[in-house]
Amino acid sequence: MLDVVSGFVTELRAAGLPVGLSESLDAVAAVGHVDLSSRAELRSALAATLVKRQDHRATFDTVFDLWFSTRARTATDHGGGQHDLVTPDAPAGDEADLDDDALSVMVADALEDGDPERIAALARLAVALFAGMGSRRQVGAAYHLHQVMRRLDTEGALARLMGATGFDDDGGRPGSLDARLRADDYRASAAELRRQVEDEVRRRLVAERGPAAVARSLRRPLPEDVDFMHASRDEMDDLRRALLPLSRRLAVRLARRRRHRRQGSLDFRSTVRHSLSFGGVPAEPRFRHRRPSKPEIVVVADVSGSVAAFARFTLQFIHALSGQFSRVRSFVFVDGIDEVTRLFEGADDLAHAVQRVNTEADVIAGAGHSDYGNALSVFWQRWGSELTKRTTVVVLGDARNNYHDTSTWAVAEIARRSRHVWWLNPEPRSYWDTGDSVISEYSAHCDGVFECRNLRQLEHFVERMG
Amino acid sequence: MGDRLGSATQVRAALESVGYLADEAIAGVVFLADRLDKPVLVEGPAGTGKTELAKSVAAMSRARLIRLQCYEGLDEAKALYEWNYRKQLLRIQAEGATGAGSGRAWSEVEGDIFSEDFLLTRPLLEAIRADEPVVLLVDEIDRLEVETEALLLEVLSDWQVSVPELGTVRATRIPLVFLTSNNTRDLSEALKRRCLYLHVDYPSPERERAIVMAKVPGIAEHLADQVARVVRSIRRLEPTKPPSVSETLDWARTLMLLDIDALDAASVVGTLHVLLKNRADIDRAARQLSTQTLPGD
Repeated sequence: MLDVVSGFVTELRAAGLPVGLSESLDAVAAVGHVDLSSRAELRSALAATLVKRQDHRATFDTVFDLWFSTRARTATDHGGGQHDLVTPDAPAGDEADLDDDALSVMVADALEDGDPERIAALARLAVALFAGMGSRRQVGAAYHLHQVMRRLDTEGALARLMGATGFDDDGGRPGSLDARLRADDYRASAAELRRQVEDEVRRRLVAERGPAAVARSLRRPLPEDVDFMHASRDEMDDLRRALLPLSRRLAVRLARRRRHRRQGSLDFRSTVRHSLSFGGVPAEPRFRHRRPSKPEIVVVADVSGSVAAFARFTLQFIHALSGQFSRVRSFVFVDGIDEVTRLFEGADDLAHAVQRVNTEADVIAGAGHSDYGNALSVFWQRWGSELTKRTTVVVLGDARNNYHDTSTWAVAEIARRSRHVWWLNPEPRSYWDTGDSVISEYSAHCDGVFECRNLRQLEHFVERMG
Repeated sequence: MGDRLGSATQVRAALESVGYLADEAIAGVVFLADRLDKPVLVEGPAGTGKTELAKSVAAMSRARLIRLQCYEGLDEAKALYEWNYRKQLLRIQAEGATGAGSGRAWSEVEGDIFSEDFLLTRPLLEAIRADEPVVLLVDEIDRLEVETEALLLEVLSDWQVSVPELGTVRATRIPLVFLTSNNTRDLSEALKRRCLYLHVDYPSPERERAIVMAKVPGIAEHLADQVARVVRSIRRLEPTKPPSVSETLDWARTLMLLDIDALDAASVVGTLHVLLKNRADIDRAARQLSTQTLPGD
């Protein structure tokens, strides 16, 4: 058993999971206590000892399935060869020429039924038939997944099923509650089918190419690392979902740090009073609490097409943290500039507020191309007098000025009146000052210019500022 | 613990007998923790029954539950032990007042005031020193600062606490330990290495239905099924705070009190405030779930 477990651990490490020595010792000890004839028990014992992060669990399951499903068979052949384990089940003759109609009936039936076994069987069959695996080309898992999902057409099947229940997916024409619940059952089944297909693709890839190769092609960037400027729609959804928990975590950190800064002066009254319970010995000195100084934030964001996604995320992020600042005001511009603070104040749903920024802010003064010079000088003229020494100004934008006048004097004036001026640029540093980017003309007057291409960098910046 | 658990299946049955419906993974990890004498780190979203698990394990094994609620600023004095200054001062003063102690050497007095009588045990030391079976619950460990986390390491791996004046206190019997975390920050590798890991997520509709059936006496199976599915649908909408299992149970009880035996959109919308505690979430869920059949449609 020791060999089996240590081999498994080696395989996990090859797939990129950090498994330490003490963890593998625990795994060996744990295996001694479980009923080895039960796969589920073995799996949960190994998972509990070897995997310490939930996002590693999927990889663990894949490696587990491969290592423990076929090992018994091959171990007798040649003492534990690893990568030639799985021969894809050859599709049975009558299934091989499955036509589209028959397939869509099968998909619809499986979704309607919702039985996990049936869905798993369908996933296996579909991958065997449509994934085009085992071919000469070394393409990523995403390609195979796409191939299978295209043929399965779960969206179409869902639409048909929902049509039958009288429920419209957009929520535009809702049916009864029961129909709604049934629709959600179908959606859950569809999600399950997709997950099963993904698992199956991964299993086969690992079997074909070994865990290390697949680990590389599988590794999806964490939402924190997705580039704002080039995010796909799915990645945008991930980002949106990651934003709220991230801002909560950061708020906790900021508040904690503020509380733990140097304590105030000795509070004599309180110390003496407290000493009474020690018979007059001032055993525990008491200190005054300092009022934490919270910065006032003014965000000035370029919301023109190229950087809109970045500006939206940053606005949402900073407003989600507004409790950590004494005040947050937001301005957006393209070639005209408008204040949008009112859209965020008292808004329960920040995503909705950001949506309203898009439709309600009056930001087009001329041709609708970014004009930093005009926007910043108008900002200075209209709101400059409201800046104080407690204000931190954050400018968001790529400083691509479309060859307009830069009006750097406005930034200089703003910087003179406020505490700090920070500039966040969503472009990689190597692109700065190429083409119509004039970032260095502005940066001369800023306290700092930061590259801010993903949530991680954004979080880092906000933490510094808070 | 005195009597070891037999197998994961037995754990599951025992937990069910005290009203906690564990799935295979949960039962397996609890069983292993008992066998390997290792603490269990339970992670997962708020309200999925992490704390309840520890309580139920205590009830199941008829052990005493000792709970250490973590918060930032928690220190040794609150987690391990503290000397009772007040009593020590009183002791010295009493000695001086009677004059009896005048002949005694300081070392004698010192030995006297740093003895068990003047020690205030806090949860960790208490769990180590207990003679009867105990379950130690360290709740919301992610609220501790990284530095304070280290406090736990000696206890969790060697089952001992060092008190300089008294020497090392070793556990007479190893307690079953549960650490819960809501994942607001990453825990240190050192801590994770010492623990078994268990991720508890929201239950599947089937399991949630079973939980509702077990915890809300007298509820009809049909209603329990609808409750579980509506809650699943609401969680799918990704509200800012998804309804927890305990909120599901509250909701089911509310429905029972209101004599609702089959859900329709109106009754769901009318009682949504039991499930969701944020106005924007309630509005959105109500919009999504309500019926507005268009005329002639």
